Amino acid sequence: MKRLFAAVLLAVASNVIADAALDARLRKLEEELRCLVCQNQSLADSSAGLADDLRREVRALAVAGKSDEEIKQFLVARYGDFVLYNPPVKSTTWLLWFGPFVLLAGGAVVWWAVGRRRSRKRSDDDDDDFRPPGGAPTPEQAVEKARELLDNPLD
Amino acid sequence: MKSLRLIIPLVVFLVIVVFLWAGLSRDPREVPSPFIGKPAPAFDLVQLHAPGKKLGTADMKGQVWLLNVWASWCVSCRVEHPLLVELAKANVVPVIGLNYKDKNEAGLAWLAQNGDPYRLSVVDADGRVGIDWGVYGVPETFVVDKAGMIRYKQIGPLTAEALQQKILPLVRSLQQS
Repeated sequence: MKRLFAAVLLAVASNVIADAALDARLRKLEEELRCLVCQNQSLADSSAGLADDLRREVRALAVAGKSDEEIKQFLVARYGDFVLYNPPVKSTTWLLWFGPFVLLAGGAVVWWAVGRRRSRKRSDDDDDDFRPPGGAPTPEQAVEKARELLDNPLD
Repeated sequence: MKSLRLIIPLVVFLVIVVFLWAGLSRDPREVPSPFIGKPAPAFDLVQLHAPGKKLGTADMKGQVWLLNVWASWCVSCRVEHPLLVELAKANVVPVIGLNYKDKNEAGLAWLAQNGDPYRLSVVDADGRVGIDWGVYGVPETFVVDKAGMIRYKQIGPLTAEALQQKILPLVRSLQQS
C-alpha cells in the first residue's frame, strides 16, 4: 500500500514537474510571438480570442513533440514573419538589421572628418599667431633677439 | 564645400521624412498574407444549413470562388454585408461563407435577418480552419483561382472600391484564364 502510494505520488510529481517545464517553455516561446489582433502585445500577454486559440494550438504542437523552431514555422506559414518579434535575417530585412550599424559607421566617419578638420584648422591658426612677417626666425636669430631685449630694456 | 555642408542635413532630413511618411501611411492592421500565390489550405467542413452535408476545398476545384470569413458577433461584417448581397445578386462568382467561431443558431438567425449572400456557409466553430488560413481579423475575404491558389486577401470589411477595382477585375481575369 505504502509502495503504491509512493509510486502514485512520484508519478504525479514528475507530471507536475514536466507540466511546469512545458509551461515555462511555452511562456518563453509565446513572449517572442506577436498577437495579430492587438499587435503590440505578445501572444503570452494577449487576452484576445485568437490569442487563446493560438496558445492552444502552440501547446498542442509542443505536446505533439514539435520543436520551438517548428512551432514558429507553423505560425509564420500562416501569418508571415510579422508574428515574430525577432525578425529573421534575409534580403528584405537587411536594412532593418544592418541599417543601424551603417548609420553608426556613417556617424563615426563624420565625427572623424570633423575632428580632423578642426585640429588641422587649430594648428594652422597656431602657426598664424606666432609666425612673424618674413618667416620664422632661426634659433640663432631668436637668441640674438632675446639678447638684444635683455641688453636694452624697453623702459 | 560650404553649400555641401548645408545640403547634406537637408538630404538626411528628406530621407527620414520619406521613410516616416511611408511608415505612417501604411495600415499596421494589414499584414501581407504569406498565402498569396500559394495553395489554399484544404478544409472539409459541415454546412451551416445542412449539418449532415459537408463542403470542402476539393469541391471548389475548377472554378474561381471567394471565401468570406464572417460571424454573427462580428460588427464590421454588417458593414460589408450589403456589398456581398449585391454581389450575390449579380451572380458573377460563388461566395462561400466561413462561419467563424460562431454558434450555429446565431449564424442562421443573422443570415435570416440580414440576407444570405452565400452559395453555402460552412461551420468553423473552434476557429481551426481560420488559423490554417491565417485569419486574424474578421471579416476577411480570399479570392481562390481554378487551381485552388489564393490570389488575393482582403483584410477587414470589403469596400465598394476594393470590390470594383481589385476583386472583380481579378475574378474576371482568373475566370478567363
